[in-house]
Amino acid sequence: MNLTLLLAQLLNGLQYGVLLFLLAAGLTLVFGIMSFVNLAHGSLYMVGAYAAALAYGAGGSFTLAMLTAMAAALAVGLILETTVVSRLYRRDHLDHVLATFGLVMFFNEAVRIVWGPQPLFVQVPESLVGTVDLLGFGYPLYRFAIIVAGLVVAIGSYLLIHKTRVGMLIRAGAQNPQMVAALGIPIGLLNALLFGVGAMLAGVAGAMAGPVLSVQSGMGDAVLITTLVVIVIGGIGSVTGAFYAALIVGVVDTMGRVYLPLLLRQVADRSVADAAGPALASMSVYLLMALVLALRPQGLFPAHRT
Amino acid sequence: MTDLLRPSRALLPLLFLLLACVPFAAAAAQQPFWTSFFARILIYAIAASALNLALGYGGLVSFGHALFLGVGAYAVALPAFHGIGSGWVHLLFCLAGGAAVALVIGAISLRTSGMAFIMITLAFAQMGYFLLVSLKFYGGDDGLPVAAPSRFGALDLGSAPVLYGVAWAVLLVLTWWMSRLRAAPFGMALRAARQNARRVDAMGLQSRRLQLAAFTLSGTACALAGALLANLNAFVSPSSMSWSVSGELIVMVVLGGIGTVAGPVMGALVFLGLEEGLKGVTEHWMALFGPLIVLMAMFGRRGIVGWIEALEQSRWPARAGAGRGRR
Amino acid sequence: MASLQTTDLVKHFGGLTVTDRVCLDIRPGELHAVIGPNGAGKTTLINQLSGELRSSGGAVRFDGQDVTGWAVHRRARAGLLRSYQITSVFEEFTVLENAALAARAARGHAWRFWRPLLADPTARAAAEEALRATGLEAHAGTPAGELAYGQRRQLELAMALAAQPRFLLLDEPMAGMSVQESAEVTRLLQGLKRRYTILLVEHDMDAVFALADRISVLVYGRLMFTGSPEEIREHPEVRAVYLGEELD
Repeated sequence: MNLTLLLAQLLNGLQYGVLLFLLAAGLTLVFGIMSFVNLAHGSLYMVGAYAAALAYGAGGSFTLAMLTAMAAALAVGLILETTVVSRLYRRDHLDHVLATFGLVMFFNEAVRIVWGPQPLFVQVPESLVGTVDLLGFGYPLYRFAIIVAGLVVAIGSYLLIHKTRVGMLIRAGAQNPQMVAALGIPIGLLNALLFGVGAMLAGVAGAMAGPVLSVQSGMGDAVLITTLVVIVIGGIGSVTGAFYAALIVGVVDTMGRVYLPLLLRQVADRSVADAAGPALASMSVYLLMALVLALRPQGLFPAHRT
Repeated sequence: MTDLLRPSRALLPLLFLLLACVPFAAAAAQQPFWTSFFARILIYAIAASALNLALGYGGLVSFGHALFLGVGAYAVALPAFHGIGSGWVHLLFCLAGGAAVALVIGAISLRTSGMAFIMITLAFAQMGYFLLVSLKFYGGDDGLPVAAPSRFGALDLGSAPVLYGVAWAVLLVLTWWMSRLRAAPFGMALRAARQNARRVDAMGLQSRRLQLAAFTLSGTACALAGALLANLNAFVSPSSMSWSVSGELIVMVVLGGIGTVAGPVMGALVFLGLEEGLKGVTEHWMALFGPLIVLMAMFGRRGIVGWIEALEQSRWPARAGAGRGRR
Repeated sequence: MASLQTTDLVKHFGGLTVTDRVCLDIRPGELHAVIGPNGAGKTTLINQLSGELRSSGGAVRFDGQDVTGWAVHRRARAGLLRSYQITSVFEEFTVLENAALAARAARGHAWRFWRPLLADPTARAAAEEALRATGLEAHAGTPAGELAYGQRRQLELAMALAAQPRFLLLDEPMAGMSVQESAEVTRLLQGLKRRYTILLVEHDMDAVFALADRISVLVYGRLMFTGSPEEIREHPEVRAVYLGEELD
């Protein structure tokens, strides 16, 4: 067992997990508080990625690219919230699903119209090229930066939610939205704010993921579904749950893809292992979800709803 | 105005009559494309009707029904790959596979409800997609040609008119059954569970079991559509299981009229017709279709058949019958 | 007609005890009323008896059988049925369909996929009988969603009756009704006495004193006193707690 490989893959898993957390944090709050099924969250991730790629290509500054991504995702998010989403809060989940499905279709095609179907190549920003020395081996600096950035956001969101008044409102809203509205809090504003912040986080995730994953039409689709799995495992409405679940899913998926085929080769003959290995690896996260559902249908850290 | 002449009652027989004429019209006009195009409509109408059982009658928002299309399709392609062309074998794999997958997924997913249920059905379909993509031996991402179409004795589904006839017959039987099911004890109990599951349990039934049965039947019927699709295209690929296909099935059901009998047929017809029409206008038709779906979600929830029935009710109020038209 | 006993029935919600060692003994054929101030835990008690809420402790015996661990649907099939305080009918179905489904659910099963529910003679007969008993037969074809409030409450009752119960748990059947409507329902319930064992939870004191064979008073989850209507009316503690009079 190659220890360096293990550590590197573990870190890769954390990096993937951190990206998933950025996506899941905003989405789980939208699910939990507004009870709104937002399938278009992946499109906001895509918006962030493209905006950052454009800004970096134009200006060469990583900071500028980040800010552009955040602004773009926030803007698109707020527009969507005020025009479409807010009109649907009181409706069936089916209506949410249909509307956001239509939005995804539109965004994917719009991106194709402007940039074509080919992936956009985004290079790692100058300042973050190279490796960092960790425990005796070199780990890509950029990926390490993602982990750090993600953890900073996680800590920031924890402080926001548990130590500020706004955070208290959010927690109250997750438990009893009607009561919060009845207390005279401008719930419409709070909802729009929440949706916008979620969109912004998704945009940040997209911007950071650009150099590591591919930037193309439909990039938000697969990652959205994995985010949904994270939310289900963590518990709808729970940011804490989203944090732990995201890290677990990130690590399980990454390590699974590397080690499951290897493990299978030990116990089965090569042809079977080569066929079944990748299959099992790609299913690992979903099997995990099924397991959690069988044992704890409400998720690992459910937000207690009254 | 007698019952039979009411537009909503006449709609379905009329549609079937018109659809029956298509192969003959296609032969006369020497446009074989018509037969395959409308065969595709028939097949998706079968899938949409199957979904309607879970979604319309049962209220179960399954965003993973494309998985069953894939199961049915591969139930034909895999035996064919290994040299088995018997339609009966394909049918057996299709029904058994569809039922088994639906039962397992349904049992796990129904432990949750609401948003979680939607997300979980979506996730399971994605799992199926990834599973098939990773099976390189069977084509993986590139898909797999169907080596031998399903043969039922003299009936060869490889021939477009034969496939059309079979699909038409299957849709007819399925639709007829759905209309009977609506008023039968199972259908009534299922529709009641959609309205108030707690009450259904308090009355002495088990809503969870009813929903699982509905989900399983729905998945099995959808797999049947998949098997027909494999024969139509002579090709299967994991992309037929993508979540956008699941979404399109839901759009068809809602567009046509959720919970109605004629709705899924109408929905498939209008959806695929519109898609074909828009494709002729621009290759970027999805940029138009997407917003149309958003508008439908916001304003057109009753669907076409629902709208017809509401119109009818206001102009010719009927003595309220056995829940006719309403979900 | 069945009997129902509870032995030290308890329900905790976190640190709060909502049902506090309630011992009830309801005899076959009796109409037993449970009264108490708001928040006394009456609906919680009914939920525990119907099986919708799992008890924290104690036992429920239905016709001599221990049903404490039984699920809702199992109790319903055994003949223990309830009506709801907040109307819980199937709005999209007609009145007759609601009753027929209730009849079918309790006596048969729903695993029939072809012949219509209303073609089932047993279910239909039970449903029509229940509609006659509650005075709704004229509205048999009306969708439940179009009924007036009072008629919906009657349908609530009709659904319980159509199931041919052996024991009825009635949760505030007169909630929200006018004086005339309440009088109607009281007459209706008078007619049902002796045919079913009934546990009636109600705030309407006129109805309670007119109908009840015995009355139990529930205060803060505890069964304070059980007695005949006269005994309850004269009991000084009951008067103080419930009827609001000073205790000297």
